[in-house]
Amino acid sequence: MIRVENLTKYYGKRLAVDNISFNVEKGEIVGFLGPNGAGKTTTMRIITGFLAPTRGEAWVADYNIMSHSLEARQHIGYFAEAVPLYTDMTVRSYLDFLARLRGLDENRIKTRIDDVVEICHIEEYIDVIIGKLSKGFRQRVGVAQAIIHEPEVLILDEPTIGIDPIQVAMTRQLIKELGKERTILLSTHILPEASMTCDRVIIIHEGKIVAQDRIESLSSIVAGSKRIRLEIEGPSKEIAEHLRQIKGVAQVQYDGSHYIVEYPTKQDLRSKITETIVKGSWPLLSMESIQMSLEDVFLKLTSEEDKRQ
Amino acid sequence: MRNTLTIARKEFKSYLTSPMAYVVIGIFLVLTGVFFGTSSSTYLETSIRGVWDFWGALFLMAFTALITMRLIAEEKKLGTLELLLTAPVRDSEIIVGKFLGSLGIFVVILLLTLYYPLLLIIFGDPDLSPIGTGYLGIFLFGTTCLAIGIFASSVTSNQIVSAVIAGGILFALWFIGLAAGYLPEALGEIINYFSLSYYFPAFISGIVDTRGLVYYLSITVLFIFLAIRSLENSRWG
Repeated sequence: MIRVENLTKYYGKRLAVDNISFNVEKGEIVGFLGPNGAGKTTTMRIITGFLAPTRGEAWVADYNIMSHSLEARQHIGYFAEAVPLYTDMTVRSYLDFLARLRGLDENRIKTRIDDVVEICHIEEYIDVIIGKLSKGFRQRVGVAQAIIHEPEVLILDEPTIGIDPIQVAMTRQLIKELGKERTILLSTHILPEASMTCDRVIIIHEGKIVAQDRIESLSSIVAGSKRIRLEIEGPSKEIAEHLRQIKGVAQVQYDGSHYIVEYPTKQDLRSKITETIVKGSWPLLSMESIQMSLEDVFLKLTSEEDKRQ
Repeated sequence: MRNTLTIARKEFKSYLTSPMAYVVIGIFLVLTGVFFGTSSSTYLETSIRGVWDFWGALFLMAFTALITMRLIAEEKKLGTLELLLTAPVRDSEIIVGKFLGSLGIFVVILLLTLYYPLLLIIFGDPDLSPIGTGYLGIFLFGTTCLAIGIFASSVTSNQIVSAVIAGGILFALWFIGLAAGYLPEALGEIINYFSLSYYFPAFISGIVDTRGLVYYLSITVLFIFLAIRSLENSRWG
């Protein structure tokens, strides 16, 4: 649904996006992750046609964004990071204007406005001037305009930034709903958000893609190491010391209730660990292996990239 | 075409909802009213020449610079240009739509000044043909000023800067006509052809000058074209 090939963008001499390529298949929700200034917004602005790439090409719904820009734009719903709104218009007239611009028929405009205000829970505010709405409601109006023409592809640039936690949860729920029938590219630098809503993530750092995979498999990419969490009764210092002495263990942390033991994936140390604990005759209450969180993956990938330079 | 009209309608409506527009229109009407009053009572004129002579034309330039300054600059500042440029709409439709919106408000103001000739008709016996050609001239002149204004608005995100650029271009094009009088005849005549002020008096005195018609329309088209190019250019930033 979205295909990006060798996209490069310079702002003057500054390189913002460096030769990136990726695909988003129909029906996928893909997270586009990266620290601030990584090139997420620039990439999205190129896909939506707001900016022209310096080099490279992109297609949306099989339309080239440069040579068939209008057709491509017709298939995109775009929530821009800055939440651009005409603050002197009412919600209704704003949605009406954008519905018209996107070519909706006269008689469909009204029903679609009713639909989207219901989906985004802004029914009561439909005749309020946008300038008088709070940030959270403006955000919803921004989402409402992105879906009013029922686009196949949604490009959402940081849709949950700067709104309160309840609204964040609602927005995420909404994105999941929308993702059932649409293709979504969602940028964020909030990692749990990506793990909650996305099927797959693309991690971008300093204009380059450093990883792209399903969330479960990403951790093993960086992996190299595995972690298990233990709950053991007994003297913590002594236990930690014994755990550290096991051959192959890289690191042991104690957080007051659990021990986290890290070791290379190549060898499975679980039996050795239980042996040690049993030898000390400390009761072992629980043992589980923990996935590396997206945060860990992210930090590891972006910091490795920094080291390399 | 549909997109152009959608944008034009929205622009026109937002003029009607902004207090700024009413203030500018009010000042404009007061000033032209004073000119009209003076010319008809002091000089016993039964024409609209007094309204649109030198000062009236200068006010018209200032007025158009003020009503066009927000057209693109404000969209850039608010970030809403992103909405327009990512909608399935051509850049030319955006510019022409906005231009038509401002033209609409200009026509409304011209209609509001029609009570000057109406008073003349009620209380006197004016020659109607110079009034008609005069309004045609003012309309063409204003259209040209609006096109220059929208171009100025497309090159900046600051409305004040836009008004200054538009004012600068307009006054330059106006004053080269006055300066031409002091130059050697041949050179002066060539410069006159490019001046905004050169063709204006003919219309006011009842002549439809085709050169003037061509001049105003060409300058209008030229600046609308430049505004479209400038908008396209913003994608390459």
